[in-house]
Amino acid sequence: MDFQEFLRMGGYAGYVWSGYGLTALVLVWNWWAARRSEAEQLLSAQRRSADQA
Amino acid sequence: MWLWLHKLGSPPHAYRLLGKMAPWFGWPALALILLATWWGLAWAPRDYQQGDAFRLLYVHAPSAWMSMFTYVVMAVAAGIGMIWRIKLAHAAAASCAPIGASFTFLALATGSIWGKPMWGTWWVWDARLTSELILLFLYLGYMALRSSFDDPQRADRASAVLAIVGVINVPIIHYSVEWWTTLHQPASVTKLDKPSIAIEMLYPLFIMMLGFQLYFGWAISRRLRGEILRRERNAKWLKEST
Repeated sequence: MDFQEFLRMGGYAGYVWSGYGLTALVLVWNWWAARRSEAEQLLSAQRRSADQA
Repeated sequence: MWLWLHKLGSPPHAYRLLGKMAPWFGWPALALILLATWWGLAWAPRDYQQGDAFRLLYVHAPSAWMSMFTYVVMAVAAGIGMIWRIKLAHAAAASCAPIGASFTFLALATGSIWGKPMWGTWWVWDARLTSELILLFLYLGYMALRSSFDDPQRADRASAVLAIVGVINVPIIHYSVEWWTTLHQPASVTKLDKPSIAIEMLYPLFIMMLGFQLYFGWAISRRLRGEILRRERNAKWLKEST
C-alpha cells in the first residue's frame, strides 16, 4: 500500500489520527500516573522507616 | 482454600503478588495493542459506507467497553469491602476509579471525533452519550467523595455506597440504544446471534479488546500497590521490607 495513501486515511486523516493519538496519550498517561503514585508512596514509606531507625 | 483466600487478602502478600503479576499483564498488553493498531489501521478492509473513518471503532469500542467493565469491577470490589469488611477490596475499588475515568473520557472523546464526520456533530444529548457522560461524573464524584474524608475507613464506606448505587447506570448505558431512539448505532458485536460486522473487521477489534483488558490488569496492579503502601504506612511488614 502507498504510504501517502495510508496517511491520508481516505480523507479522514484528521479524525482517525487524532483519535488514535488521543488513545495513545491516555494510555501513556495512565501508565505514567500509576507508576508515579506507586513510586511516591514507596519513597515516603522509605523516608518514614529511615526516620524511625 | 480459606487459608489461601486469607493469605490473598493480607496486604504484604497481595503487595508482592501484584508486583510479580504486573509485567505478565503489561508486556502482552503492549504487544496486543500495537498489533491491533497496525492491523486496524493498515490491514482491515475499508468500510463501504464510512470509508477509513470506521477505523476509529478499534479505539472507541474497546475504551467504551472498558469504561463499563472497570465500573462493574469497582462496584463489586466496593460491595465485597462493605459486606466482608475487607480493606484490600476497598483499596481495589479506589484504584479502579482513575483508570475507569480515563477510559470513559477516551470513549467520549473518540466517539465525538467519530461522530463529527459521520453524524455531522461532535455531540448530541441522546441516551447513549448522556448516560456515558453520567458514568464519567460517577467516577469523578467517587474520587471527589473519597478525597473529602481524612479518615480512610469513612471514605471507604461512603464511596462504596456511591459506587454500588451508580452501577445501575451500566445496564442503562448498554441498553440505551434499544430503549430509546438514539443517534448512536445499536450493538453490532455483543449480540446473541451472529455479529453484524465482517469477520476481517472483527479480528483487530478482539485483539484490541484483549489488549485493553490486559492493560487494565497491569494498571490496577500498579495502582493497588500504591494504594496498599498508602494505607499500610505504619505497618511492620512495610518497615521490614523497605
